[in-house]
Amino acid sequence: MELLFSVLIAILTGTGIYLLLRARTFPVVMGVALISYAVNLFLLAMGRLRTGQPAIIGTGESYTDPLPQALVLTAIVIGFAMTAFVTVLALRARGELGNDHVDGFEERGREQERQQSASEEKPAEPGDDTQEPRP
Amino acid sequence: MLLSLIILLPFIGVLLPVIFHRYGRSACAWATAIPPFAGLLLLLSQASRVFAGEVQVVRWNWIPELGLELAFRLDGLSFLFCLLILAIGLLVILYGRYYLAETDPMGKFFGLLLLFMGAMLGVVTASNLLLLVLFWELTSLSSFLLISYWNGRSDARRGARMALTVTGAGGLAMLAGVLILGHVVGSFDLDVVLASGDLIREHAWYPVILVLILLGIFTKSAQFPFHFWLPHAMSAPTPVSSYLHSATMVKAGVFLLARLYPALSGTELWFILVSMVGLITMTLGAVTALFKHDLKGLLAYSTISHLGLVTLLFGLDTRLAVVAALFHIMNHATFKASLFMAVGIVDHETGTRDMRVLSGLGKYMPMTAMLGLIAAGAMAGVPLLNGFLSTEMFLGEAVAQQVLGGWSWVIPVVAVLAKVFSVAYSIRFIHSVFYGPEPTELPKPPHEAPFFMRAPILILVGLCLLVGIAPGLIIGPLLAAAAETTLAGPIPYYSLAIWHGWNLPLLMSILAMVLGTMAYLNFHRLLGLWERLPAINAMDAFEDFVHDVVIVRARQFTGLLENGSLQHYLSLLILGTVVVAATGLWGLESIRGDVPLSPIDPPSVAIALIMMVTAVYSAIWHHERIAALMFLSVVGLGMALVFARFSAPDLALTQLSVEIVTIVLLMLILFLLPPKSPNDSTYGHLVRDGIVATSAGTGVGVLAYAVLTRPQETISDYFIQNSVSGGGGTNVVNVILVDFRGFDTFGEITVMAIAAIGIFGLLDGMRLFDPKKDPNIKWASDKYPLLLLILNMPVLPLALMVAVYIFLRGHNMPGGGFIAGLIVAIALILQYLANGLRWSNNRMQWDYHPLVGAGVLLAGLTGLGSWFFGAPFLTSAFDYFTIPLLGEVELATAMLFDIGVFLAVVGATLLILANLGKLRSLDTSAEENR
Repeated sequence: MELLFSVLIAILTGTGIYLLLRARTFPVVMGVALISYAVNLFLLAMGRLRTGQPAIIGTGESYTDPLPQALVLTAIVIGFAMTAFVTVLALRARGELGNDHVDGFEERGREQERQQSASEEKPAEPGDDTQEPRP
Repeated sequence: MLLSLIILLPFIGVLLPVIFHRYGRSACAWATAIPPFAGLLLLLSQASRVFAGEVQVVRWNWIPELGLELAFRLDGLSFLFCLLILAIGLLVILYGRYYLAETDPMGKFFGLLLLFMGAMLGVVTASNLLLLVLFWELTSLSSFLLISYWNGRSDARRGARMALTVTGAGGLAMLAGVLILGHVVGSFDLDVVLASGDLIREHAWYPVILVLILLGIFTKSAQFPFHFWLPHAMSAPTPVSSYLHSATMVKAGVFLLARLYPALSGTELWFILVSMVGLITMTLGAVTALFKHDLKGLLAYSTISHLGLVTLLFGLDTRLAVVAALFHIMNHATFKASLFMAVGIVDHETGTRDMRVLSGLGKYMPMTAMLGLIAAGAMAGVPLLNGFLSTEMFLGEAVAQQVLGGWSWVIPVVAVLAKVFSVAYSIRFIHSVFYGPEPTELPKPPHEAPFFMRAPILILVGLCLLVGIAPGLIIGPLLAAAAETTLAGPIPYYSLAIWHGWNLPLLMSILAMVLGTMAYLNFHRLLGLWERLPAINAMDAFEDFVHDVVIVRARQFTGLLENGSLQHYLSLLILGTVVVAATGLWGLESIRGDVPLSPIDPPSVAIALIMMVTAVYSAIWHHERIAALMFLSVVGLGMALVFARFSAPDLALTQLSVEIVTIVLLMLILFLLPPKSPNDSTYGHLVRDGIVATSAGTGVGVLAYAVLTRPQETISDYFIQNSVSGGGGTNVVNVILVDFRGFDTFGEITVMAIAAIGIFGLLDGMRLFDPKKDPNIKWASDKYPLLLLILNMPVLPLALMVAVYIFLRGHNMPGGGFIAGLIVAIALILQYLANGLRWSNNRMQWDYHPLVGAGVLLAGLTGLGSWFFGAPFLTSAFDYFTIPLLGEVELATAMLFDIGVFLAVVGATLLILANLGKLRSLDTSAEENR
């Protein structure tokens, strides 16, 4: 079981880092999410893998280590807050800079390809009334 | 003790001019003069003891581990230099009072001057080599600040920068030399070092030590080939040039030659290096000085030449040469300081220092002219002035030495040549400024300077005369004491008489005088020759060098690492981490530890495989963002199952609810971002990222496996034992969160609140792309699916009930404020999703900011509440109450805290999602039709 668990952590980390190294903001956010999964599992592993021994007094003879769990619980919630912040930052960056490249500008020499790409979009015109959030 | 006071006084006194400058310029100058004056009195009170040959040392430990101690010594050599520093310092303060314009910040000037004075006193009295280096650097720094005093002028800034670079680099070399020296000797204490001369000279490292220390000395004392900074330091105010760049700071180098003379001198290498550098510097300086049109430039090169002369004397193999060197240091300080001051007066009263413009000033400033004449005479070595005596001694030693073996005759010949030029530029200095025709092109009408500006020159010139006429009386004991320290033994016989009879040095002097006068008479012919030489501007050459070598290379290197690509940085960062971690793991004997593996069961394998496959798919398919997001959500749900499988029910619940909120959030975001990623990566990028990801993943996996197969040492027993008795709950994880480590949780909900508010701020006024205008995206025709609408209706009350249940049982069973808050948030978001924003907003007309604030506030107040009972922050109390119908119920203050957590989580989550959702309301026509 320990080997399986380690391989799972390894694959989550590897895919997370691969996505983290992408050039667009959205895959980076997904990469961060995968990495935080891996980190949470790793933290849990510090309390070792126990089956059927939740840290609830009175339910059994021995209990799993509650401390890593408390850490992971806060990490999950904080992770959500962080993911939310990063995604909105990415959104804002796209609005301000006109693209969603992590460096804030499109790489040179790739405009041609992008123009051919079907997903090319144009920013809404400033002053367009649909842009304003309705009350 | 008294000695430390002499050094401390200027440092303490730095504040005086800063405070007193608002009371007028005279008050400022008077206040500045107090520390050096008091120091001078203290110093003179020790004169008799020093002249008797006593060496006073005071010491305190500073950093004994490094061999650094605060140790100061007063012996003949440091007494001589202290006297120069304090006495000339006082005169410079008086002079500076009249030199500085009313608009110049005087407090800053005098403050820096005192700082320099303290540093310089530290250099000459330090009895520990590391301490000496420290003060040495401090003189470089304060010199930098003083040269750039008029920091609005670019030549001042550039000159200061160059001086600091050259002397600072030399200082570093010297530090290295001193460190090796201390290592060889075993101590940085000067007494020990000076007594270990033989040990040092015979050590294999001796050449390295000598060269490094000489680098420091030669840069500081402006010796060839490092002399070029001194002329450019002349952009400093003239009192600074007079004090730092002729009388004291540039003497620090030759001081160190004297200080370390017993330890380092006496080898062939010393004689050759020191005498050759001195000889070249002396000649080069003297020749260049003659052709400088700027008065300060002339004096700067003259200073270089005289410093070269002193260096040359230290490099000769006779003991008498050292006496001559010390004597000349004193004489040079007096006549050169007064000459600089005279130049300052000329500059101040006429507005120019150009000798081609200046002429016939003797009529307008007779007093200054006379003083300048005497001082220049001393510089040229005219009899009855102090310069004559030390020059005679120098010529005598130049004849007597045998440094170069068969070529030793070169030194006296070159010495006479340098002296010829010295005489010529002295004559030019006086003749072109004070004599000749009426000046016509002066910027200002010339007139005599105020008396107090001339007074310091008067005193210095008086000294030149007194020493020149009655040397034995005035300077005999001082010179003897200094020479005795430097030679570390009996001093050779010498006579300070004016007349030694007709001997070779006198004939050489006369020859030089005659030739020098002839050279000046043919000045224009010589100048024509000089101007045919290629002109090198040291400043430009230096800055080009610095630019090409330092700045361009640094920029190239920086560009290599910092190319503006985040992906590049991240991959370097991760690879670096992998390398560091791998080096640590390398030490393990085997990756697998002793703990036996636990058995695997088919469901676990299945879940793990699904998670692995979907994770890999989300990476491969990341260009199709919606698909990748679906894969990601499968991994997240799998996480919840993993937590449930390994005895972590709280985590499973939290993960489940957070996963739902996260996916909703990412879907919302994806609506506003392009649905596909363009293919940016080249093949090389993919390979690089693949390697980085694989190595990092493998590393983390190996680390996890290594930990998992080793025995565990936990610190959690305390929590398990005290959970019920101390925290009143059986769910240890929850008790840790709200009680044992409640402060962490408090910090965490604060972070969450800040993130939510930060997002709110980011969303404000955001420019958006309107995805509805994209023709490539096909939108669903059914905006509000019927099934979702119908199912959603009973879900809200049910979900709220579940939340209350989960919340209440949280202290004893899996659950708690975090999870309950997330469940409520999901239930409310579902309303938004199913019914649309307008419909929901009409029914939920409240703001989420107060909710977030109330949550954090409640948690904080609960914590503060324990203070009223004299307990530390966030101490929880609990008891059991019997409530009718419900029976016995436990109420704990931790529950109040948990309510705070609950409110903060609900508020923050909805604040984030509802505001993001509002951005979606780009097209509300469909809603209006509803």
